[in-house]
Amino acid sequence: MSRHSILFIILTLTTIGLFCLDLSVGAVNIAPGDVWKALTGGDCPPVTAKIVINIRLVKAVVALMAGGALSVSGLQMQTLFRNPLAGPYVLGISSGASLGVALFILGSPLLGLSAVFSSIGIAGAAWIGAAAVLTLIAAVGHRIKDIMVILILGMMFSSGVGAIVQILQYLSREESLKAFVIWTMGSLGDVTSGQLMILIPAVVAGLILAVVTIKPLNLLLLGEEYARTMGLNLRRTRSLLFLSTTLLAGTVTAYCGPIGFIGLAMPHVARMAMSDSDHRVLLPATMLTGASVLLLCDIISKLFTLPINAITALLGIPIVIWVVLRTKS
Amino acid sequence: MIELNDFSIGYGKRALLKDVSATIGSGSLTALIGRNGSGKSTLLRAIAGLNGSFDGIISIDGHDLRSMRPQRLATTVALVTTERTRVANLHCEDVVAMGRAPYTNWIGRMQEIDRQIVSHALSAVGMSDYARRTMDSMSDGECQRIMIARALAQTTPVILLDEPTSFLDLPNRYDLCRLLHRLAHEEGKCILFSTHELDIALKLSDSIALIDPPALHCLPTEKMIGSNMIPRLFGIEIGMG
Repeated sequence: MSRHSILFIILTLTTIGLFCLDLSVGAVNIAPGDVWKALTGGDCPPVTAKIVINIRLVKAVVALMAGGALSVSGLQMQTLFRNPLAGPYVLGISSGASLGVALFILGSPLLGLSAVFSSIGIAGAAWIGAAAVLTLIAAVGHRIKDIMVILILGMMFSSGVGAIVQILQYLSREESLKAFVIWTMGSLGDVTSGQLMILIPAVVAGLILAVVTIKPLNLLLLGEEYARTMGLNLRRTRSLLFLSTTLLAGTVTAYCGPIGFIGLAMPHVARMAMSDSDHRVLLPATMLTGASVLLLCDIISKLFTLPINAITALLGIPIVIWVVLRTKS
Repeated sequence: MIELNDFSIGYGKRALLKDVSATIGSGSLTALIGRNGSGKSTLLRAIAGLNGSFDGIISIDGHDLRSMRPQRLATTVALVTTERTRVANLHCEDVVAMGRAPYTNWIGRMQEIDRQIVSHALSAVGMSDYARRTMDSMSDGECQRIMIARALAQTTPVILLDEPTSFLDLPNRYDLCRLLHRLAHEEGKCILFSTHELDIALKLSDSIALIDPPALHCLPTEKMIGSNMIPRLFGIEIGMG
């Protein structure tokens, strides 16, 4: 059996294992047997069934989806922009989505509209925000080839969004402010099963688009010019990649808040493990790595009752430092 | 065969080539020479379909470049640029296999014939032993050879190379140009490469395309040497040993 197959089996088993572990860890002690019964509709107390299905299962599915989605989005951005430090968070795509959500949550009461926290509204606002940032980056990136400039612009954009959000916070009412502040901390647990009905199809659609762009991504490893001479339709590929990343990073940001470092760090873990750069291998590997790491983060966050963003940062930062040091040497 | 008809191109507001008509033939190796900034890369990029902001017509084997779809263009012209391609974890073999992209399906599945073409291309540039090496573990010259193998795997009638000799030492420069010469003659390809190495260009290529802005002179090497154009443009005498 090839090295790749063995690693894929290990990754898949790890993801399944962590998913099950995530279901059995929580504020209330529930025996694994009861968790199984609750899932399969067996004989167990109704409260237990409710906790397992409505809270834990939803949260574990969200962690699985969000981890996979953010990581794949990071992989797409790193290859497209040919930069190891690109990712939805760094490029300001998450910030764009945040601005959309902020305008939606904080802005709608200001305009005298009732604070409709409807699922589709938040997602729509995040998609528009993420797509706007991507369009901006693409427009700038077309004129300026230097990727450092794009990264700096991404950082500046994030800070700008931060400032606008602060102004909105200053102006907004207490109840919507609280809802927004909690959202910015990032949480996998606030997703309702109704929102899950939007999250799952949107992420799956984004992943399908990602699979369609595997061959273009491989060609883009040599840069846009080489890719074009090998028959790549650059405009079509860019549109597909942007649509994919908007669906993946935008949707996750809408419902889970801005989660950092997963999108940036996970593609590197996958590259290192697989020691390959073929996206036919990297895409599934990145997705599985991202999903299992976010499940792990969720388990840690439940065990120690910590916000998820703090844990992804603590896990991600060493990886990013390693990447920077390795790139420089 | 590359044909330029009333071809004009500029860089910003500066005209580099104006109303040029020239033919670059198949089955021969043509060296593109000219001073720095005279538009060698700009011309190559235009023929490769990367720069559409030119006037006039470029046609390849009788077909207008502008009317070709990206996939069709990729099976007609291959380009080797000076861009760095030292990507970590990227295997040489996979780079050469990318040359098959215009022929493979949506996910890039290689057929037996594609694998044969890839291994043939690798051995043509003498890099068969490097197939499983990664691009970041090799020298610039070795990367350059892999990129040329990739262009060969694209199996196009036209191959363009932008300063392919720039990273190589003297023996390798000669080797590479002999390889290009052989490919042009044995496989009937139209190979056009830009270079600053006048001596190699004059010794090994069949024709010389000389950019003397805003004109392009394309002549067989013998005639070019006899024409006195090179000494005039470069301000040197050519000593042919």
